[in-house]
Amino acid sequence: MNRSLSTSGSQLQLKNRMSLGQSVRQSLTMAYRGLLKIKRTPEQLFDVTFQPIIFTLMFTYIFGGAISGSVKGYLPIIIPGILVQTVITTSIVTGVQLREDMDKGVFDRFRSLPIARIAPLAGALLADTVRYTIATVLTLAMGYILGYRPDGGFDHVVIAAILVIVCSWAMSWIFAFFGVIARTASSVQGISMLILFPLTFVSNSFVPVKTMPDWLQWFVHVNPISHLVTAVRQLANHGTIGSDFAISLIGAAIIVAIFAPLTVRAYMRRT
Amino acid sequence: MDRVLRSVPDGYDWAIEARGLVKIFGDNRAVDGVNLNVRAGTIYGVLGPNGAGKTTTIKMLATLLRPDGGSARIFGHDVVKEAQIVRQLIGVTGQYASVDETLSATENLVIFSRLLGLGRKEARRKASELLEEFGLTEAAKRPLKHFSGGMRRRLDLAASLIAQPPLIFLDEPTTGLDPRTRAQMWDTIRRLVKTGSTVLLTTQYLDEADQLADRIAVIDRGRVIAEGTADELKASVGTSSLQLRVQNQGDIETARQMVERMLKVRAIVSPEAGKITAPIADADRVADLLITLREAGIRLAEMSVQKPTLDEVFLTITGHGVEDDAKKASHAPDGVEAM
Repeated sequence: MNRSLSTSGSQLQLKNRMSLGQSVRQSLTMAYRGLLKIKRTPEQLFDVTFQPIIFTLMFTYIFGGAISGSVKGYLPIIIPGILVQTVITTSIVTGVQLREDMDKGVFDRFRSLPIARIAPLAGALLADTVRYTIATVLTLAMGYILGYRPDGGFDHVVIAAILVIVCSWAMSWIFAFFGVIARTASSVQGISMLILFPLTFVSNSFVPVKTMPDWLQWFVHVNPISHLVTAVRQLANHGTIGSDFAISLIGAAIIVAIFAPLTVRAYMRRT
Repeated sequence: MDRVLRSVPDGYDWAIEARGLVKIFGDNRAVDGVNLNVRAGTIYGVLGPNGAGKTTTIKMLATLLRPDGGSARIFGHDVVKEAQIVRQLIGVTGQYASVDETLSATENLVIFSRLLGLGRKEARRKASELLEEFGLTEAAKRPLKHFSGGMRRRLDLAASLIAQPPLIFLDEPTTGLDPRTRAQMWDTIRRLVKTGSTVLLTTQYLDEADQLADRIAVIDRGRVIAEGTADELKASVGTSSLQLRVQNQGDIETARQMVERMLKVRAIVSPEAGKITAPIADADRVADLLITLREAGIRLAEMSVQKPTLDEVFLTITGHGVEDDAKKASHAPDGVEAM
């Protein structure tokens, strides 16, 4: 009875649940871990560095003349489009890296610690917003170099950028879900690309919707990516916040509401 | 009364109570009805060859795997229903290092400490304390990629001790370590128990279980096939044997006849070593034998009693011996248990 098992054992307050405050703090610690990892392996940032530069150059000069008659006239259309496409594509990597990370022994330790089950996931996703920010800044900078001068002004461009980052973060929960349920990292990449390609291309990102057949137009109009692109265009080019802005945020919230619990559950079940 | 005892590990006698644990992977019953009772404050060894179900059992006890059948309680708390409480009572060190390769030793420990609720300063202090204790201070800032196997294991164990958990799981803590590092690890484990922790360790090294564990469960094909102290297990195999070496080689035949007459058993002589070996059926008679030898003027160079080794225990209990692949693995210590 009087045997002391451990110095801290008696002081432990044993609870079977984590408070919200604890969960947030643990997620932030996991995000700190993610940032340290990015700092240690900067080669992880290759894609977010070069993709914005190459894609912006490529699409602007390939489609510019054909669609808008001139590169300069195409920039207000393509820059918001390419911004959304690039940053959201970047969020696939979140799922792939999560899968790779989970195969390592350290995730067993995370699972055996008395921490909120969502913390390792939320932390990884949070740290990746750094990647989205880099991609966003670089795409906008490329646009500026090519001659894009958004009429909405700097402040509205910043709001647009934040909107894109928030929506990409929401989307990354989908890929995180694939990351948790898939067997290998490369299959995560495969499934995610398969979903993201139609979503980003069958939208108003690159071309006027009117040139598409009716049935495709229907899809473009329901495609959340189109709404996000429209919201960014309105903000950057006109300085207005319209219904598309709200639809994008609501869409993002719905995605998180569905996929965050699904992902956490799948993560807990995974053996 | 009961409630109070259950929420606090102090005073709870059983660190682990597992009843009929089952885990099935596909059509492979990896763990097939394991029962374990581990008394608080002791070292308990789970001994078995590769693929016997040791790691799977630990993973279920440590809430990393959900059992397909049976139940387990850690200091009275159910591993499934009260998983989050159980996690506050345990530390787990896997057979591969469960630390972050890309980060430094300090960063690893600070992150785990922060996750366990320590403040920024406290976490730093705890990290340097543990690094000091495990002799890793010099390597604290280096990325783990450059760590040796032994350093990684030590860091891994250090990480399990941050919260000073009353129960620590060590899954093959010395697999793949050289003999010197292995002895260091053993010392560390013994020290842990002195501070009051309970340790459950798995091993495929028979001598490791013999050296460290107060009690041992022998596990094979997902079942516990024998349980007891090392001595009990050895005793269950059979009697100890008496070994005598005579000083004068010419006396060996006379000595053998005396041994057979006094102990009433057959003795085996190995002439090269000048050694006589005989099973001890009745320990009392050994004294008479020694007196008779002295009276006959036969001088002994050496006398010892040999207990059966755990290797023999394993062979006897399983009937099939330590399986071939496990045998290989115990010779080449880098063998990794297939899950």
